[in-house]
Amino acid sequence: MNWTANIQGLIGGGFIGLSAVFLMATLGRVAGISGILAGLFLDKPSRGELGWRLMFLLGLVSGPVLLMLFGGLGNVADASQDVIGTPPGGVPLMLVAGLLVGVGTGVGSGCTSGHGVCGLARLSRRSLVATLVFLLTAMVVVFLTRHVIGGAA
Amino acid sequence: MKAFLGYIAGLLFGLGLGLGGMTDPARVIGFLDIFGAWDPTLLFVLGGAVITTFIGYRVVLRQAKPLWGDGFRLPTRHDLDGKLVIGAILFGVGWGLSGYCPGPAFASIGKPSYPLVVMLLAMVAGWGVARRSPFTQ
Repeated sequence: MNWTANIQGLIGGGFIGLSAVFLMATLGRVAGISGILAGLFLDKPSRGELGWRLMFLLGLVSGPVLLMLFGGLGNVADASQDVIGTPPGGVPLMLVAGLLVGVGTGVGSGCTSGHGVCGLARLSRRSLVATLVFLLTAMVVVFLTRHVIGGAA
Repeated sequence: MKAFLGYIAGLLFGLGLGLGGMTDPARVIGFLDIFGAWDPTLLFVLGGAVITTFIGYRVVLRQAKPLWGDGFRLPTRHDLDGKLVIGAILFGVGWGLSGYCPGPAFASIGKPSYPLVVMLLAMVAGWGVARRSPFTQ
């Protein structure tokens, strides 16, 4: 067990929780990334939701960039000074994965943040089921790609 | 004002992902790889986030309304349906293949690469497909 990485994970999780609580307290919204960003890119802009969603995305991107500027505050597996890791595959793999993540979170109404954080915190049964299903599915996929097919991801 | 509040929320989220190591797909895949050299970091991130949100929501949702807006917009559905499960399965496959869920993927733009940008575009296209498919209406 790498306790530095784990404790930093716990602190990072605390920040994510603060973000979710802040967004609910101020704008009354669930901090579901797939919902916020799908709305930003696909909703008709006349609904008065565009501004805060765009700024949320800017904040989301600037968080890790700030950590990079300060240096040493990241938690990348092989280089704990780094903040952002690299994709595990090339364009074809990431194209397929992106489509699956988009369609899946669209059809399933949420991702790791909306279901996994906000939904579980609200003790939502739908979110608990969704979270267990996507976690177990992803574990099976990693098992297959790492230990059965080998080396693909 | 709404825009500023949105920025702060996004910034906290991005800082949390970066501090927690979730902007590294190797950490995420390391967590999902329960039969390999298991990396529990994601569990600590998720645990920290859920506990903080659980406590914070108790306080916030006792108020009549949010500081800026008419009311709290919470999901109202309680039923389990096929869409929820099929969506979660498709998402799980993409997550397991890439190590990226939507938040970390977009939060990683600060270190751009072709595979990452392609994934982000594909994700937005996927959201479009999900909205247009008769299955979801």
